[in-house]
Amino acid sequence: MVPLSHYLALGAVVFVIGAAGVLMRRNAIIILMSIELMLNAVNITLVGFSRQWGDLTGQVLAIFVITVAAAEAAVGLAILISLNRDRSVLNVDEVNLLKW
Amino acid sequence: MIKLAWLIPLFPALGVVINGFFGSRYTRDKAGHIAALMAGLSFLVVLGIAFEMIFGSGGKHTIHLWDWISAGKFSVSVAFLIDPLSTIMLLVVSGVGFLVHVYSVGYLHGDPGYPRFFTYLNLFMLSMFLLVLGDNYLLMFVGWEGVGLCSYLLIGFWYEKQSASDAGKKAFIVNRIGDAGFLLGMFMIWVLTGSLTYLEVFHVAPNITEAGATAIGLLLFIGAAGKSAQIPLYVWLPDAMEGPTPVSALIHAATMVTAGVYMVARTSPIYVMGPGALEVIALVGAVTAIFAASIGLVQNDIKRVLAYSTVSQLGFMFMALGVGAFGAGIFHLMTHAFFKGLLFLGSGSVIHALHHAPEDQQQDMRYMGGLRSKMPITYWTFVIGAVAIAGVPPLAGFWSKDEILANAFFTGHHFVWVLGSVAALMTAFYMFRLIFMTFHGEMRVDHHAREYIHESPYSMTVPLMILAVLSVVGGIIPGFPPEGGWIHTFLAPSLAKGSAGGHAANEAVQFVRVSAKSGGGHGGPAAVILIILAIAIAVGGIALAWFMYLKNTAVPDGLASRFPGLHRLLLNKYYIDEIYQACIVKPIYRLMGSLWSFDANVVDGSVNGSSLITLVSSRFSGIFDLKTVDGAVNGVASVTKFFSQVFKFIQSGMVQNYLFVMLLGVFMMLSAYLFR
Repeated sequence: MVPLSHYLALGAVVFVIGAAGVLMRRNAIIILMSIELMLNAVNITLVGFSRQWGDLTGQVLAIFVITVAAAEAAVGLAILISLNRDRSVLNVDEVNLLKW
Repeated sequence: MIKLAWLIPLFPALGVVINGFFGSRYTRDKAGHIAALMAGLSFLVVLGIAFEMIFGSGGKHTIHLWDWISAGKFSVSVAFLIDPLSTIMLLVVSGVGFLVHVYSVGYLHGDPGYPRFFTYLNLFMLSMFLLVLGDNYLLMFVGWEGVGLCSYLLIGFWYEKQSASDAGKKAFIVNRIGDAGFLLGMFMIWVLTGSLTYLEVFHVAPNITEAGATAIGLLLFIGAAGKSAQIPLYVWLPDAMEGPTPVSALIHAATMVTAGVYMVARTSPIYVMGPGALEVIALVGAVTAIFAASIGLVQNDIKRVLAYSTVSQLGFMFMALGVGAFGAGIFHLMTHAFFKGLLFLGSGSVIHALHHAPEDQQQDMRYMGGLRSKMPITYWTFVIGAVAIAGVPPLAGFWSKDEILANAFFTGHHFVWVLGSVAALMTAFYMFRLIFMTFHGEMRVDHHAREYIHESPYSMTVPLMILAVLSVVGGIIPGFPPEGGWIHTFLAPSLAKGSAGGHAANEAVQFVRVSAKSGGGHGGPAAVILIILAIAIAVGGIALAWFMYLKNTAVPDGLASRFPGLHRLLLNKYYIDEIYQACIVKPIYRLMGSLWSFDANVVDGSVNGSSLITLVSSRFSGIFDLKTVDGAVNGVASVTKFFSQVFKFIQSGMVQNYLFVMLLGVFMMLSAYLFR
């Protein structure tokens, strides 16, 4: 029986890795992947708590998160493709259209 | 037939529509025939009604057409009253009106305003019928104003002449003064009796107080004095001679100017309640009669003599009304319509013949003379008219004038009687002075115009002959024996009797009763003496004129040079026009001038001043607006702008920066939460 603290520690580590990836990497695809990491870190936490408390709601919520993540990845990739077609860039530093 | 009374005003209305809308384009030369036809049709209807009234049942018939105004207790309907008084008036108006229409067809032939003239003439007939037929004071007032309008239009018919358009305006304005009195009288009648319908008013008339009746009587008499040219409002009538002569005959001699007499006679049940008003009327009438006659003595314009004669004869009519002899007044109205219409149409015939004389000589008797042989029909009919107005029996004027004078005498109005008798003497004199100057003696007409003098066409002479016949028989048939004639029995139901009301003790009502009772004439030697005196006056006046203007032609000039002041006074009509000009017109002008300067300086000044104040204050508020309000708004905007310049750099456009800041925020909040 793996104790709850392990789940939480793993979740936290994965979340921090994801967050660092989102903040530091410049490649848009990698940023998207890092966002997936953060979402899955949350999933781990949810599943861990679900198991701890014997409540399946957390597992159901995890499945919902996976679904939303899939949709989010589809929309994000679509944006990246049209962005690449339009300007041939994937580096987010060069995509600063919303500047002042 | 009586039920068809609505046809009477309908025919002239039709003529107005036809000639008014299509006259200048289509009917043109036929306008006169159409108008005369309409007047003739009306006359036929009137004849039918008169036949039924005279030989049939008589009585009073109200023909109700429609409700006109109805507001609370006040209600007036368009309804016609056929009674003996309106029957006599209808006969006079439509009869003389028809003849004048026929006469005008010849007289105005070739005038550029031919259709316009007949439109006005038919409009006049329409208005006059409304005046006479209306069964209430308001409808009478409508007709009253209508004839006033037509009078104005027809006096100024030749409007390109300055004097004619001035005369029209004068007539209109003077009549306004009288109309104001009529209106006030009408208001009082409504206040005191609660109705304007004759029969209802007269039903409650005996209950009116004497003061109320006197006030009504005097106010209505102001209106009558305006329309019927009595002192002090007579000044417009002599000037009205600027209009075409048929107009003078119809409107300013026979019909419209007698509207005031009709109105007073119609209101007789109220007048007998207020004898003070009757006294005033008698005196004003008598003074007007002698005053106008004395001016007529020396005038040289043929139409002006007749105009002053008309004023004088209207004075006689009011004299009759004033002494309570309403029937005699209406009788004189009728005979006067015959002979004065005849005289005016005759003078028109003379003017027509002198068409080629210089403009200022056509109506001046000093440039006439000896026309008798050139125009015999005009001459003889004119003589008949003159004898009739002079009062020689058995012609029309004698019967009515004698009745008036006899009534004045027997009711105790001796002063009125004296004035009337002197006026009658003057009447005979100036009429025959006119005849002798125009038709007798040597011809003084301009040489170029002499060969053009001719007798007028039949359309003009036939009306003259008809009126001449009426002037002969129009007095003796309805008026014999004196004061007991048929006309008095016929008119009796329409006119007040002295016994009306509870004022039996009243002295004035007493004399009205006396005159009303005297169905069989006053009789006695006094009456015979009066009649002989009247005949003597008439013959004496004629003889005097004959002596002065045929026998010994130096006398008039001699008299004029012996009494230059009096002659000048009469020739200039007592300077009444000048006095009015100086005392009324000039002050009004001056008042208007000062009112205008008040308007220009004070009213306009205050308006301009307030605009100036507004301008100055708006300058200040403009400055406040620009500096303070706009400053505040702009200040807010520039402050916002300044800070946005500073903070816009946060908006780097790099998502990772935003995320980083957000994460920082989350950390800070969590830290604050954990380590508080």
